[in-house]
Formats: sequence, structure tokens, C-alpha cells
Amino acid sequence: MVSLLDIIGPVMVGPSSSHTAGACRLGLLARGLVGGTPQTALLELHGSFARTGEGHGTDKALVAGLLGFRPDDERIRTALEIADGEGLEYHFEKTTIGEESHPNTVRMTVARGPRRSVMIGSSIGAGRVLVTEIDGYPVDITGNFYSIVILAEDIKGSIARVTRILSDRDINIATLKLTRKQRGGDAFIVIECDDNPGEDVRDEIRALAWVRWAMRLDKVSGG
Amino acid sequence: MYKALAEAISDAEARGVTLSEVALDLESRDQGRSIDEIRGSLRRALDVMRGAVEAGMTGAMRSHSGLVGGDAAKLVHSKAGPLAATPFHDILIRALAVQEVNSAMGVIVAAPTAGGAGVLPAVLTGLAKARGIPDEHVIDALAAAGLIGAVIAERASLSGAEGGCQAETGAAAGMAAGAATEMLGGTPRQAGHATALAMQSTLGLICDPIGGLVELPCVFRNATGSAIALAAIEMALAGIEFAIPVDEVIDVMGQIGREMDVRYKETAGGGLAATPTGRHLAKERLYQLKRA
Repeated sequence: MVSLLDIIGPVMVGPSSSHTAGACRLGLLARGLVGGTPQTALLELHGSFARTGEGHGTDKALVAGLLGFRPDDERIRTALEIADGEGLEYHFEKTTIGEESHPNTVRMTVARGPRRSVMIGSSIGAGRVLVTEIDGYPVDITGNFYSIVILAEDIKGSIARVTRILSDRDINIATLKLTRKQRGGDAFIVIECDDNPGEDVRDEIRALAWVRWAMRLDKVSGG
Repeated sequence: MYKALAEAISDAEARGVTLSEVALDLESRDQGRSIDEIRGSLRRALDVMRGAVEAGMTGAMRSHSGLVGGDAAKLVHSKAGPLAATPFHDILIRALAVQEVNSAMGVIVAAPTAGGAGVLPAVLTGLAKARGIPDEHVIDALAAAGLIGAVIAERASLSGAEGGCQAETGAAAGMAAGAATEMLGGTPRQAGHATALAMQSTLGLICDPIGGLVELPCVFRNATGSAIALAAIEMALAGIEFAIPVDEVIDVMGQIGREMDVRYKETAGGGLAATPTGRHLAKERLYQLKRA
């Protein structure tokens, strides 16, 4: 749902809401998938991101997001230099992800310690973003909510167990989506929450025997 | 948020309130936030907008490539034009100022986008200054502008890469025209006509920035977009109505955007970007950027 504050906002460092602010938000979401600043990042730019990204500071903004900077942080201007100091090794490539992909799309392969994740996301206008794929699973994450992302064995009652943890902590669920590549394969669960689930919630979910990994993504858009 | 401006206008009319009020009510319900909280966020947006206007007027901001900057300051000191010493002149300065700040990677409010960020602050803060309108009413106008922008996002697009410049400075002109019409005492219906009158004149406007940078012609499109908004406000407040309903104008903007060749959608493949001078400037300036 479009919010007034998506339209009158974000407050951001210029020059382009889709190429700078949206790119920064996609970087923030990818950062969340590995739980902090990645050590390595391969950033594959598609469409307009590839063609005009450099002049718009898309490279700086994506890296700034990976470093945890928000779109209004003036350090975006020097993010590439800061990344060198923070031990983030980044690499940019131009690619074609798919004919049907939004013109401003990036595939980010990020790694931190043993965690590695591949995220495809688009900047869809006015700084709004949409993550469409994580580790090969189709998703639609807007960043308008705090999210919990879980990869788990596809066992009966898994959703009930996870939602119980959230309700015990008084966290309201906005959306919930489960996908899997095939029957009996792993289940990929995305839960968007109205309230901010803390790291303790994530850790409790991680402690479930059948959960392979669980990550918490920040709310990066909206008021 | 509303899916049609007609729906918001009829809600406002039925309740005898402004578009701003129905916008704030619905936002509060949709997002589960109090109206005070939402107004607080809009207040911050207004403060950032004014900060960008001030920063840009000094003339000290230069874009990375050096293609734009310093023109707002030129206009500040000019008395040569037919609009000198009018609110119109001041609004043009403000639009150039904010967009120069944006091109220089300064802090602005994307409203609706960064490429079209100059129009709304220019029109609203310029008219507020000229008419002595208190900040509370400017904040109301920002809410109304947000509602109009949300409808455009829903029905068409707010992305130059998807819809060309008509979806950025064109949308901004439509938002500013509707919001300012109401801020100056117009009815919700007149605000709808103001939006339609502004957007009809930017239909088909391509996004063709030199080197793909949000600099040239973006800075000037924000000034001329503000001028279009002012013309629309002037006509709408006189009771002039546009025969094609505003939602249909928005729809056709979206359709034109979808049918627009990719060269004209922020890719620097056509329009001014592809002129001999446009190509030459892009090559020269991008080379400098790489060396910097």
C-alpha cells in the first residue's frame, strides 16, 4: 500500500530517488540477509542501473546501504572510500537479468562469515523498492515492514510454531508468505511485521531444530 | 490510499472537508499512525525543503560533473525579466535552487522523486511566503500533494525509467498544482482540475538527461514544471475546468509512458542526451568524473 510519506519523501541525498535512495535501501536489505556489513559483495547491475548508475551514484548508494547507511546519510557521497576502510570488498558488473525485469534491477551476492545470500531487487520509483528473489526463492518484500526471513525444513506445523513466537512477543503480522521449490523441499518463509522483532525473536526462531537459518530485515521505507 | 482522485474528491465533498483532511485520515488508518505523527514527518519534510531552497540560492552548489549549479543565484540577482519582483520569479529561483542541491548530492525531499524534487517546495513555500500562509497549512498541502502522488503511483508511474519525465516533473507539477490550489482556498474539485490542467501539458515529456545524470535538463524542467503548475493553479482558481477527468489524464500518462521508447526513459539514448552537444558533454564530463 502506497503511503503519503513514500510520496513526500524520502528525505535523501540526491540526485535520483530510484538510482540513489532506492539503491541504498536495496543495499540495506541485502545487508540484513547476512546480518551486518558483508565482507564481499558482487553487485550485478541490470537495465538503467547498468547504463546510468555511475553518474547517479548508484554504486555509492548500494555500497552505502551495505554499510548500513540510510538514504539521508551524507556519508553516501564517500561510501566507496569508507567501504575500503570497513573491509567490504565490492565488485560491480553489468548484466541482463531478464527481459521482464524492472529497468532498475540489481542482483547482489553478499557474504559475511559463513553466511552467503543472493538477492534480486528493483528500485520501482520514488525510492520505493521491491525484492523479488532471495536465494532462488520468489518473494515480494517492499521494505515497508520489519521482516523475518526463514529457510526451514518443510514440516507440518512450522508456521504455527513461528507465529506463536511472534504472538508471544506481541508482534503483529502484516503479511506472511511461504514458498518452496518442490514438495518436500525446504520452505522459504517471509513474515512482514508491523512491530519491530528484536534479535531475541530471531534467535528463538533460529533455535528451532528444523530451521536452517533465519534473518531479520530492517524496515527501510515508509514513515 | 485512494485509487482514484475522483473518489477522494467525492469523499471530501461529502464530508465538507479538504483533500488534505481525507488524505491524513486515510493515511492514519492505513499506516496505523496518529495524524500528529504523520504531520510531524511532513513538518520534517518541509524543513528539509526550506533548507534545500536556502542552500541552493547561495549559488555555492555544483554538481559532480560541473554541468549545473549557480543558476538559481543568477536569477536571484536579475531584474531584467518580465516576472522580476513577482512571486512567480521567486518560485522559479526556488525550483532551480532545490534541484541544484539535488544534483550536487545534497539533502532534499524526493517529492515525488529526486529528479522532480524542486517543483513542490518551490510552488508551496514560494506561495506561502507571498501570501503569508502559516506552516500548518503548508503541511496540509503536502498531505494533499502526497494523496495526488499516491494516485499517480497507483494508476500510472512516478519513475522516469518507466514513464519518462512526465512521470517525474509532470507528476510533481500535477501534485503541486492540486495541493496549492487547495492551499489558496480552492475546493477539492478545483484542486482536481488544477492537477489535470498541469498534467495535460506535460503528457509525452521524455526523460533525456545528458549522460544519464539527474542534472541537465532536470534542473530547468523543475523550473518550467513549476511555471506549468502556477498556470494551472491560476486557471483552476478562476473556476476553469478541464473536460477530461483527472484520473483519465493520469491513466493516459501511464499509457504513454508504457508505449514510450526506452531511449526516452532515463537511458540517455535519445532526446537532448543524444544531440551532438549532449553526447560530447556526456563524454567529456563522465571522463572527468572517472578521473576525480
